[in-house]
Amino acid sequence: LSTSTRQHALSAALLQRAPLWQQAEARTQRLARGRTEDTADAVRLADDYRLLAHDLARARVLMPRSRTREYLESVYARAHATLNHGAWHLGSTLRRLFRADIPAAVVWLRPYLLWTTVIFVLAALGGYALVRRFPELIALFASPDLIASVEHGKLWTEGLLNVVPSSVLSVQILANNIVVSLFAYCAGFLFGLGTLYILGLNGLMLGAVFAFVHEHGLGADLFSFMVAHGCVELSVMCLSGAAGAAVGEALVRPGELGRIGSFRGAALRSGQVLIACAVLLVGAGFIEGYVSPDTRFPLFARIAIGVSYWLFMLALLSGRLWGRRPGAAVALNAPQTA
Amino acid sequence: VDSATGIDVSLPVAGAGARSYAFVIDWHIRLMLALAWYLTAALLHNGRLALTPPLTNEPRWFGAVVAPALALYFLYHPVLEVLLRGSTPGKRIAGVCVVTRDGGAPGIGALLVRNVFRLIDSLPLFYGLGLTLVVLTRENVRCGDMAAGTLLVYAHPAAEFALTTQQAASRVGQLDASGAELVAELLQRWPTLTAQARAALARQLLSRYGASAADLRGFDDGALRARLERLTRPQSVPT
Repeated sequence: LSTSTRQHALSAALLQRAPLWQQAEARTQRLARGRTEDTADAVRLADDYRLLAHDLARARVLMPRSRTREYLESVYARAHATLNHGAWHLGSTLRRLFRADIPAAVVWLRPYLLWTTVIFVLAALGGYALVRRFPELIALFASPDLIASVEHGKLWTEGLLNVVPSSVLSVQILANNIVVSLFAYCAGFLFGLGTLYILGLNGLMLGAVFAFVHEHGLGADLFSFMVAHGCVELSVMCLSGAAGAAVGEALVRPGELGRIGSFRGAALRSGQVLIACAVLLVGAGFIEGYVSPDTRFPLFARIAIGVSYWLFMLALLSGRLWGRRPGAAVALNAPQTA
Repeated sequence: VDSATGIDVSLPVAGAGARSYAFVIDWHIRLMLALAWYLTAALLHNGRLALTPPLTNEPRWFGAVVAPALALYFLYHPVLEVLLRGSTPGKRIAGVCVVTRDGGAPGIGALLVRNVFRLIDSLPLFYGLGLTLVVLTRENVRCGDMAAGTLLVYAHPAAEFALTTQQAASRVGQLDASGAELVAELLQRWPTLTAQARAALARQLLSRYGASAADLRGFDDGALRARLERLTRPQSVPT
């Protein structure tokens, strides 16, 4: 046989297998969408995978620039992904995320969380000390309206509900907090420095404002305003900062994976925590809009709400809210060494 | 991507053009959705032909008109990518989709991280950083893809190829395999091509398989198609 005749015959024989490829494609689609629980179907997919690999290898040699090869590449890639990843169910993926992945990521972030909390607290103490010693520096941290209001013996939060309704206030606050939280995380991309800057700045502002209102005898009022939503809001701030710091450290000290690989690993693990952060900030936003500015809530009720919501946060982040047993998250938290 | 069979899986990575095309379509869709919501809700809220917001901060206006429109605009990508497993209407139209680096559907965490990093990719303006990274990186990825371990790849319209392949399989009589494919695809696309384009392509193909220009002189649209179909008819083998 001449080479061209042989090639013609082989190509023709290969194309005769097209119905088998289409069956494999249909089976792959069924299994990828989770529309079948048939074990025999799943077993046949493994055979299909070998068949497709074999035929693709032949198509790459016999018909490298053909639709047939492109088609086989596509079906083979789908079969590979289906075999290696299985079906995708939104419900079970979400359940696994909140029950296992987020708690494991939080345990992994513990050292970063410790350091970001220390930085935030030190910055707040620094801001407090700075404004206590040099009161005029408050102009660096607070708006003229806020300063004028406090100097007149009134917190800017007083009468807030007369200006903005609770619902509007809540959505504005939660949107703003989520954006700040996401920025604190993303800023870790700048080798962690951006995260430190955002945390430090927020800590300085908090300390400075507290020192300023304390100076005017309104410290207790501000505490009363903040305690219901602030416990979770500040904790989430530190948590998203910790996630950003983990991303930053992966870039500064990449290890064996290389800078991009290490960045990817850290971002993927720590990024899951942001889902929990966003959920918690939505709740904190509603408390800040409905409870914090409402003078009908006494201090003990505010403290009770703040502490309860903070305990809820712990339950959510540890997975216990979804029935996870204590300590199980640690077992899942094997460090990625690949 | 390495596989157990030793035959690597190849993922056709989409470049800056396909990305931008998908993004522009999605941007228009989400803008239209948000505007449509805003306009409809504002008209219903005001009860007359006026879009002006109330002078005071009305919760009903904010909750029913402004907040849903903003949510449609800002949550379009993360929500649809999660629900459609790494795809959006714009990506579908552009023929691309998001996959993990081994070709699988990305998880919720990866899709969220990919979208969170839009904050960085969109800096300083018009996705400047993201586009620069797409152009400069080997796998055409932006910062969000690097962080999430995802790739934007061309999603093969397998069904379209399936028909061509099947038809080619039945026509590989007197033609070689690639010729059979070409003829099958031309006949499949015949109604969608202009008369001039399909005539030019048909003449080119027929001349490749022995017909001279003189033979084809005077052939109209129908005659060319019939000649192509005759060419692809399996030859009877003499016994």
